[in-house]
Amino acid sequence: MEKVTTFTSRLAPLAIDNIDTDQIIPARFLKTISKVGLGDQLFCDWRYDAEGKPKADFILNKPEGRAANVLLAGDNFGCGSSREHAPWALTQYGFKAVISTSFADIFKGNSAKNSLLTIVVPANAHKALFAVLANDPAATVTVDLAQQKLTLPDGSTVTFPVDEFAKQCMLNGVDELGYILQQDDAINAYEAKRPLSVNTAVAA
Amino acid sequence: MQQQSNGANGTPRTIIEKVWDNHVVAERPGTPTLLYIDLHLVHEVTSPQAFSGLRERGLKVRRPDLTIGTTDHSIPTHDRSLPIVDKIAEAQITQFEKNCRDFGIPFYGPHSKKQGIVHVIGPEQGLTQPGMTVVCGDSHTATHGAFGALAFGIGTSQVEHVLASQCLLQGHSKTYEVRVEGALRPGVGAKDIILNLISRIGIGGGTGCVFEYTGSAIRALSMEERMTICNMSIEGGARAGLVAPDDTTYQYLAGRPAAPKGADWERALGLWRKLPTDAGATYDKTIHIDANSLEPMITFGTNPGMGIGITAPVPDPASISDPVERDTLGKALRYMDLPAGKSLLGHPVNVVFIGSCTNSRISDLRAAAAVFKGRKVSPNVRVMVVPGSQLVKQQAQAEGLDRIFKEAGADWREAGCSMCIAMNGDQLAPGEYSVSTSNRNFEGRQGKGGRTFLASPLTAAATAVTGVVTDVRTLL
Repeated sequence: MEKVTTFTSRLAPLAIDNIDTDQIIPARFLKTISKVGLGDQLFCDWRYDAEGKPKADFILNKPEGRAANVLLAGDNFGCGSSREHAPWALTQYGFKAVISTSFADIFKGNSAKNSLLTIVVPANAHKALFAVLANDPAATVTVDLAQQKLTLPDGSTVTFPVDEFAKQCMLNGVDELGYILQQDDAINAYEAKRPLSVNTAVAA
Repeated sequence: MQQQSNGANGTPRTIIEKVWDNHVVAERPGTPTLLYIDLHLVHEVTSPQAFSGLRERGLKVRRPDLTIGTTDHSIPTHDRSLPIVDKIAEAQITQFEKNCRDFGIPFYGPHSKKQGIVHVIGPEQGLTQPGMTVVCGDSHTATHGAFGALAFGIGTSQVEHVLASQCLLQGHSKTYEVRVEGALRPGVGAKDIILNLISRIGIGGGTGCVFEYTGSAIRALSMEERMTICNMSIEGGARAGLVAPDDTTYQYLAGRPAAPKGADWERALGLWRKLPTDAGATYDKTIHIDANSLEPMITFGTNPGMGIGITAPVPDPASISDPVERDTLGKALRYMDLPAGKSLLGHPVNVVFIGSCTNSRISDLRAAAAVFKGRKVSPNVRVMVVPGSQLVKQQAQAEGLDRIFKEAGADWREAGCSMCIAMNGDQLAPGEYSVSTSNRNFEGRQGKGGRTFLASPLTAAATAVTGVVTDVRTLL
């Protein structure tokens, strides 16, 4: 897992609500058994035409979109399927953060496990960011995870919520599994007193 | 572990809180709860990278006896004696079988008599039981909530966590009561209840919440109908949704292969009967739905929240003040190539798909067959009927439903996710319209450029025989 450090970046605006994970990475690319090679398929059906050529009017095909490490998206980003291929595709393309007014639960959890920040900002700041970018596509934001602070193009800042445990994992570049495996004694103790259990071998 | 009716300090609790409390392994300040998982379902699409992770770290599967695998997402639904044409899908299925064998996990391969959709096989085998925690690398895992289980979808990293430790780190969710009172009218069913809920709260309405479905209309539903409702909880933004167990639940479970037997059954019943929400327990949110007033539902747009009663007009973007919301609806109608202000009744379709973890169980097939019986599929429509499992298929054939489908002109397939997710070759062509009993109408979900109207098995079957979107009540 990558360590997250403070960074400054331009933004790729995508003013659509409820962008689902089928748009982020269509299901036909989920037949892979690997995590890599998904960046080229990010937003595939919005990004390429029927012949596979980039559509000029899609943000990731414009110079300002290509230069951005932050995606600015509409409300409820990442809804739908639980596929972790969505944050894999976003990070492999080069995104380090997505800014929205809200995120779907599973997507948010999956993103944190891949050092992709899901930054929730208030509706007015969200609206203002789209407006700034309409006038100045080169505007930048600075993302400081340690301080949970987003510095906007006008120099003002907003704080954003992050689960404390996920934050420490991302700042230190360590994943959750190491911590979970250290809880072996507690897991053994729990298993010793489970009142009911199934046996999947019975159904096999 | 005690399963007390009330909390430690006597506070009344919802079933959601009871199941959670019963599964807490460890709680530390600044760390999410470590939660024990009773049943882990795995399939070929979201697990390969998790098994690779185990191999890289030299880890085993902690509890293969609480884990079961099936092949469903990328598997073709044509004759299983034929080879798999898509070599990438074939490699994924082969790798899955190897992973299950290497790690000692029981699984249903493409040729198993019990193969089927992951959310169909768990209940069918009696593996899904009240009060359990159930996870799967699939967002429709909430299906298992129909039994009073806390069941939710997870990503591949968490699949690896559960394989390695049988535990997950989880934050608390809010509780959201969906109370449905009254009696459904003829032609209206479980699918219409859940599509109505999502159309009212929107697809983000339940974010951060677990739904509990309550009320007389829910109590009157069969287990399979409850599964249809819980299945689409994620489409309302909730990771999980459940129904407290009752005699309907116990009758469904009794005698299934993995259900407790004899004295164990009696002991289990004693524990399960303590699960329902205590009198006086409160929810963070509540919504009421009047079952008497519902009509068959259909979606018109590109997310499951864009649903209407089948006789109602498609909404007009011009009537929406918020610019992003207006653009989102406008974009959806352009994709669907539909005018605003007109109902969908009479709109031609190219394909009807009856299947998916939402509506592929025997009662769904019986409902569809009742409409098909003595009728023919419209010559303009391709109809696919895809049973949820090989056991459902066998049952349908024992009842003669397959003959009804075939005589009507529908295609009777092998079990799998099929055209719900369109990664196995079953898909819409660009521009085609379908009425589907599945759960998602996102752009391209059923094939690049395809356009999906979500509806019940009754509405799908009625549309199949007329060739246009049809109110099934006109055929009953």
